[in-house]
Amino acid sequence: MSVLVNADTKVLVQGMGKTGRFHTDKAIAYGTQMVGAVHPSRVGQTETFTGETDHSGVEGRDDTYEVDVPIFRSVEDAVDATGATASVVYVPPPFAADAIMEAAAVGVPLIICVTEGIPVGDMVVAKRFLEGRGVRLVGPNCPGVITPKECKIGIMPGYIHTPGRIGVVSRSGTLTYEAVHQLTLNGLGQTTAIGIGGDPVNGTNFVDCLDLFNRDDATEGVIMIGEIGGTAEEEAAEWITANMKKPVAGFIAGTSAPPGKRMGHAGAIISGGKGTAAAKIEALESAGVVVAPTPTDMGSAMMEALG
Amino acid sequence: MKIHEYQAKALMAERGIPVPEGTVATTVEEAVAAVRPLIERSGNPVVVVKSQIHAGGRGKGTFKEHPELGGVNVVLDGIEGGIEAAEAKVRELAEAMLGSTLVTIQTGPEGKLVSRLYIEQGIDIATELYLSVLLDRATSRNIVMASTEGGTEIEVVAHETPEKILREEIDPAFGLLDFQAASLAWGLGLDGDAHRNGVKFLKALSDAAVELDTDLVEINPLVVTTDGKVMALDGKMSFEANALYRHPDVVALRDETEEDPAESMAKEYGLSFIKLDGTIGCMVNGAGLAMATMDIIKFVGGEPANFLDVGGGADKDQISAAFKIITADPAVKGIFVNIFGGIMRCDTIAEGVVAAVTEVGLDVPLVVRLEGTNVELGKRIIDESGLNVVSAHDMKDGAVKIVELAK
Repeated sequence: MSVLVNADTKVLVQGMGKTGRFHTDKAIAYGTQMVGAVHPSRVGQTETFTGETDHSGVEGRDDTYEVDVPIFRSVEDAVDATGATASVVYVPPPFAADAIMEAAAVGVPLIICVTEGIPVGDMVVAKRFLEGRGVRLVGPNCPGVITPKECKIGIMPGYIHTPGRIGVVSRSGTLTYEAVHQLTLNGLGQTTAIGIGGDPVNGTNFVDCLDLFNRDDATEGVIMIGEIGGTAEEEAAEWITANMKKPVAGFIAGTSAPPGKRMGHAGAIISGGKGTAAAKIEALESAGVVVAPTPTDMGSAMMEALG
Repeated sequence: MKIHEYQAKALMAERGIPVPEGTVATTVEEAVAAVRPLIERSGNPVVVVKSQIHAGGRGKGTFKEHPELGGVNVVLDGIEGGIEAAEAKVRELAEAMLGSTLVTIQTGPEGKLVSRLYIEQGIDIATELYLSVLLDRATSRNIVMASTEGGTEIEVVAHETPEKILREEIDPAFGLLDFQAASLAWGLGLDGDAHRNGVKFLKALSDAAVELDTDLVEINPLVVTTDGKVMALDGKMSFEANALYRHPDVVALRDETEEDPAESMAKEYGLSFIKLDGTIGCMVNGAGLAMATMDIIKFVGGEPANFLDVGGGADKDQISAAFKIITADPAVKGIFVNIFGGIMRCDTIAEGVVAAVTEVGLDVPLVVRLEGTNVELGKRIIDESGLNVVSAHDMKDGAVKIVELAK
């Protein structure tokens, strides 16, 4: 079991430029079903991907692969032709919010946006557009979602993952890799790892993911990785107190960050005294979360939380 | 991106938002020349001389060179002495303020050099209010925040009298609606002409904020004049970096002298860099990991000298630039390179580090921690380079080693 994506997930790529092509190739090597692409200027073409199979991914495959990915004019055409159940957006920032809304309008149930640098104003509009449409957006500015040995959507390195018992949810890409790597080394493994992204306006938050993991039979515990800025971690802490049935470990980046400065991620800023790491750590600890003092300790914090 | 008060007011005026009349001056003569036309047009003998820097708290701030002088000065000399007396006072003030260093609660003790003044007409104030438009992250909507407590920092109001803060959400599909603006204006105690003017002001300002992709518009104080006009007496605007590409007119307002030169250089190379006060330079891939690297340095007893995210696909030139930026800071006593290679391979990073160190030279200890894709190859490149580099097996090990070596 897992959440959001599994071996049956059929993925559409929005934006088959250089980045889209590179990561589509890696996803196919991992064994993800990449069924089509949307790139209006290349409609009717087919992109053929060939290479050596990434055996850390889906099992039981040949050592090499050759996969044709047809390119469509619109998400609607692509979904009609392929039956895609998820979309990954690599469209450049000025057009990415529109791509998200196009996928939402067609009703693609899971839209994962990797693009970094989308104007916040565009995301405010996109999020309003998504209301009531029954679709889920993950990201933007995120590494994506992976269920080990089943489906990899996004830019994370597949080989550090291993199937297992822990759900991972994070605002930071490389810190997710740190956590996943430690869970692989200590034998706990992952059910699904979700990058929710570092932007101030995103589609899926900690609470959404905690709820998914709470209801997933295979997930025995969750690591959540937050950072300064906003109140998503505090909201998660409240939700954990009221609803979470499984142990949670956590880490919050930015205890040494100065106020008023944007620490790389658009959403990582302490403003007006709000969004400090100290406040988030306190909220999580009072909700019973085992908070790792450093990223090196995330795996052992999870062990401790599991008891 | 921040801009000056006078620039923010010009953007507001272009959008029909009432602001006092004023003139920017970069020399004493320009400042003096601004006085007569302002007084003649407004009929008000009072003018105000305001320092233009990218930091708040100017009114309560003082100059290093002139501790008795504040950053904002009201010139009353024209009331009795006429225009000439006002000009003489403005000359005296401009001579003292231009080229001096203003220290405010937001500038830090080093202060900021004042190279522009804004000479503004005096206003007969009946009431001072507070108004801002900003993103509410919890709802993913922009909100208008207003308060009757003008002139006070909003954080203080939020802390002490949170009931005095009014909020209305801007639905991106509709903008601020009439009834919302009316409700805010009632809440601010406006009636009659002031209420009508307030509603117009609120709608124009919220539209401007959305159109210009601001991440903050703050008017503190917003004033009601004795004849019922509603005006922005101060104006602070900052713009959302991701949207700047569609606002070339805003980008043209950038004042590079207000920005940290190292941060500007980093930006040119596509690096995300923030200067801090410590001694351990950091070079990391990924914003979250970069923050966590600073944290862990502090955790083991050191102080980070910077935040530096080289991003997910850094090349040799970027790594070299990163090293130059870090080593240009004389406070740096050691450097910690912390990489978790995902898409970015460790061997690429290792080659970049070796090339950069060979090119830039290195007088301080360097600890490198590599993990992830092609890690063994990366470590071998570092080990065989003959450079004085210490390897670390994980993040904490690296932090402990660099803090020890930098002592």
